[in-house]
Amino acid sequence: MIKENLGIRKSDIINRRMFIIGAAKIIIFTGIVVRLFSLQINENKKYLTLSDKNRIREWKLPPTRGNIVDYFGNIIAGNLKVYQLHIIPEQVENFNYLIVRLKTLLNLSDKKIQKIVNLKNKLKPWDSIIVSENLSWSQFLKINNYLYDLVGVKPVMTISRNYPFSEMYTHVLGYVSQPNEEEILENEIIKERFVPGMKIGKLGLEKTLENQLIGTNAIQRYEVNAYGKRINQLEYQKGLQGKKIRLTVDTEVQKLSAQLLSNKAGSISVMDIYTGDIIAMYSSPSYDPNLFLFGISQDEWQLIRNNPLKPLINKTLSGLYSPGSTIKPIVALSALENNIINPNFKVKCTGKTELYGQTFHCWKEKGHGFVSLNNAMKQSCDTYFYEIARLLGVDRLNVTAKKFGLGEKVLGEYFDNEKRGLFPNTNWKKNNLGRGWVLGETLITGIGQGYTQTTPLQLCLMTAQIANGGYKIKPKIIVNDDPLTLEAAKNSMELQSLQKPDTRLFNDPKNIKIVQEAMFSSTNEQFGTSYRSRIDDPKYQFAGKTGTSQVKRISKRERELDLELEQIPYKDRDHALYVAYGPYKNPRYALSIIVEHGGSGSKAAAPMAKELFKLIIDRDELRDKQSNFENINI
Amino acid sequence: MLQRDTLNSELSIFQKIKEMDYTLLICIILLSIISLLVMYSTDGGEILFHTKSHFSKLAVFFPLMIFIAFFNIRYWHTFAYLFYFLIILLLLYVSFFGLKSSGSQRWMDLYLFVLQPSELMKIAIILCLAKYYHRIKIENVNSLTSIILVLSIIIIPIIFIISQPDLGTSVLIAMSGLIILWLGGVKVKYFFYSFITFLISLPFVISFLKPYQKLRILTFLDPDRDPLGAGYQIIQSKIAIGSGGLEGKGFLKGTQSYLDFLPEKHTDFIFTLFSEEFGFIGSVGLLILYTIIIFRIIRIGVLSRSNFSKLFCFGFAFSIFIYIVVNLSMVLGLLPIVGSPLPIMSYGGSSMLATMIGFGIVLSAKINRKQTIA
Repeated sequence: MIKENLGIRKSDIINRRMFIIGAAKIIIFTGIVVRLFSLQINENKKYLTLSDKNRIREWKLPPTRGNIVDYFGNIIAGNLKVYQLHIIPEQVENFNYLIVRLKTLLNLSDKKIQKIVNLKNKLKPWDSIIVSENLSWSQFLKINNYLYDLVGVKPVMTISRNYPFSEMYTHVLGYVSQPNEEEILENEIIKERFVPGMKIGKLGLEKTLENQLIGTNAIQRYEVNAYGKRINQLEYQKGLQGKKIRLTVDTEVQKLSAQLLSNKAGSISVMDIYTGDIIAMYSSPSYDPNLFLFGISQDEWQLIRNNPLKPLINKTLSGLYSPGSTIKPIVALSALENNIINPNFKVKCTGKTELYGQTFHCWKEKGHGFVSLNNAMKQSCDTYFYEIARLLGVDRLNVTAKKFGLGEKVLGEYFDNEKRGLFPNTNWKKNNLGRGWVLGETLITGIGQGYTQTTPLQLCLMTAQIANGGYKIKPKIIVNDDPLTLEAAKNSMELQSLQKPDTRLFNDPKNIKIVQEAMFSSTNEQFGTSYRSRIDDPKYQFAGKTGTSQVKRISKRERELDLELEQIPYKDRDHALYVAYGPYKNPRYALSIIVEHGGSGSKAAAPMAKELFKLIIDRDELRDKQSNFENINI
Repeated sequence: MLQRDTLNSELSIFQKIKEMDYTLLICIILLSIISLLVMYSTDGGEILFHTKSHFSKLAVFFPLMIFIAFFNIRYWHTFAYLFYFLIILLLLYVSFFGLKSSGSQRWMDLYLFVLQPSELMKIAIILCLAKYYHRIKIENVNSLTSIILVLSIIIIPIIFIISQPDLGTSVLIAMSGLIILWLGGVKVKYFFYSFITFLISLPFVISFLKPYQKLRILTFLDPDRDPLGAGYQIIQSKIAIGSGGLEGKGFLKGTQSYLDFLPEKHTDFIFTLFSEEFGFIGSVGLLILYTIIIFRIIRIGVLSRSNFSKLFCFGFAFSIFIYIVVNLSMVLGLLPIVGSPLPIMSYGGSSMLATMIGFGIVLSAKINRKQTIA
């Protein structure tokens, strides 16, 4: 019985103590439920976001660059489908076999093979290796034929920049290529949109308009696992192509310019004298920008770099030349404007002038005799211009030259390689060379030699501003959102000159007229320096001024020898220049031509103007029709 | 005497079937089905290795449980000490010849499956102490020799297990053992004093911990200190549970587990996957199912006439409870990470074997509830 009693008491203890634990269990379970509630209900949003962050990863694809079109809507920088070859290592059965097969199929170099092997060891097995960025169509077909044998290989179609006119526009557009680290870090937009394989503008408009052309990334959203492997695609967000840029250039004119300058070093610029539209801007020789898209080979690069005609230099904007006689219209205008001379002022040319014991030669040894302004311009008499320059002084000449844009960048905001050039005055020499100005220097400045350095585009602008009656224009290469029609441009030009006096470049319109007439004579009258290149049809008739710019001082001996062009070493030959505008009766276009080491302007440069004006004026009507053309469908 | 004889006599098979606790049985079956579905989900919605293996274990251990249920609980009383010593021998064997895996040596290869004796010790310790407190006179419960004896019964296996090393199982076994001491009538003040002593010695205990164990505690205190390393598991676990929300992401749609963000999703973190896919509603439902099981076991204990059955049922109910609490607290970020499976749900044969044996004994206690044990 005692045992029984004790037993009962024992079970009482057990039951009582069990009850205490039971209560504790309920409390603890409730605590767990509370915790579950706080995680799953209260903080659900937070954890849902974290979970999505875990599993969703975005892949940016390279953006598609905007097209660049010419004035007529022809694509001059577009995008092309290219075929690439990728290897996905994790799908490859036998890597060595695959490499050997690819090597024979695509003629891969040992260096390239080594590169692929290195990449394979570096990347994760599901990251693709780009074997070839740009397969030819036949290679692509070949690969597709043998695809059954190439396990783990993926032919991919993607988009790449393409320049359909190859070297035609290189100096205008520049080219695109893979950015370096600095370029990525410098530009916020590039930094944000950068993906491997993306290309950015390295030069020219491709570079300066980068932020407009670049476009936005397409985005692929993938579900990934904990190791970062893509499981499936959730979403594909299309990217926006970059802005389409329409230029003022005319591909036909550009083509002709390239043709005229083929095998020569030089530059041709053509400009609308009212709107400032640049119609052509070609620097010769050029090079193919398509070569840079997938990395230029060392051989090709050396070929371009070592070409003695210097294709890498954009001669239109960065080439600095003594303007030679093409400066004479400005010298004449300056003298007229400053009332130094009148049109009837005459100088006797004997072939040379003496000043303080120094002899200054006219290009015509025998001399021109008594010449007036018109005659001096026509025959490009140096003696006449020595004389009026001497009377005028370099400082006054400098003021006029500056007004017409010499010594200033023409398109500076768009091309960072554009040069300012130089038009000297006495202060400039004192400040920069530390010596006083010598009168003899004024004389040679008067014929465009000496310190004066101009770019071909500056000469073109100068000519355009003489042609339009002496009004300042703003040259442009990109069609604005609101392109000016010819009439509007003409009207606004005169209107503007009333509001802003500094856009009027003359005091007396008569003076401009005199200079224009002198340029007309130079081309269209007998004994004119470019008489042989004239066009009699008034529709195409143009006025111009030749120039021959010395590369080195002509020695006395050479002067006596009077060598033919072919007898002089290439490097020592004169640059041939020509500036002109037309049609004379109702001017519309100005141009400048420079042929490096081409000899005389009348022989080497002026004949090109004849060809150019024929084409430009024939296309005039077409161009006007396009002026309001806003949406070009491609 | 006559009455006692009839009570102690063997029941017929029909009587046994009639006396079976069907509520508990149904709950166990339900839990097994859920565990199979979750295992199917960890295999990514296919019947692969884990699902097959889990199923085959259930197929073997569930009948074993029924078999044990029909087996008189008296025999468990008789062989309780022997069972305990047998497991001690197995632990001893494992500590010399056991299989090693990821730095610890806990397993023995039985050809058919790999046994982890420390899991069986969870049952053995309850059986052993239940028998001890069943037999001891109530006056002697708080005697020094008795206290020292029971503490040695607890400490001996723990020494083996802690040296494997397996801190989680050791703690769980210690707690299961201590709860029997509590139920057996050891004075409250002893528990109080030892608790104070434990708190005081805690810093010394910590200094004896292995570096990875210390790291786990530090990580628990601040999971963000190393989110990709030590804190990764707990952060991903919380993300999975938290993102489940009220209704969950749906069966087979748990992105955290499907995309391999959850570590050890088959074993200790099985609840995380369940909670991600079935949400708050599912989690609470599972918790309710466990609660029913626990209280059903306690009810059987209350109905049982013998103290051995009572002590075993209460002890087993508590150990199930404590496994659930430790496991859930761990995955919910309330406790440091200690290896502790969720009964029946987690993948692992030994844990399931131990749990099924436990359920079997409880069911047997129900069938033989009117029996006294000498």
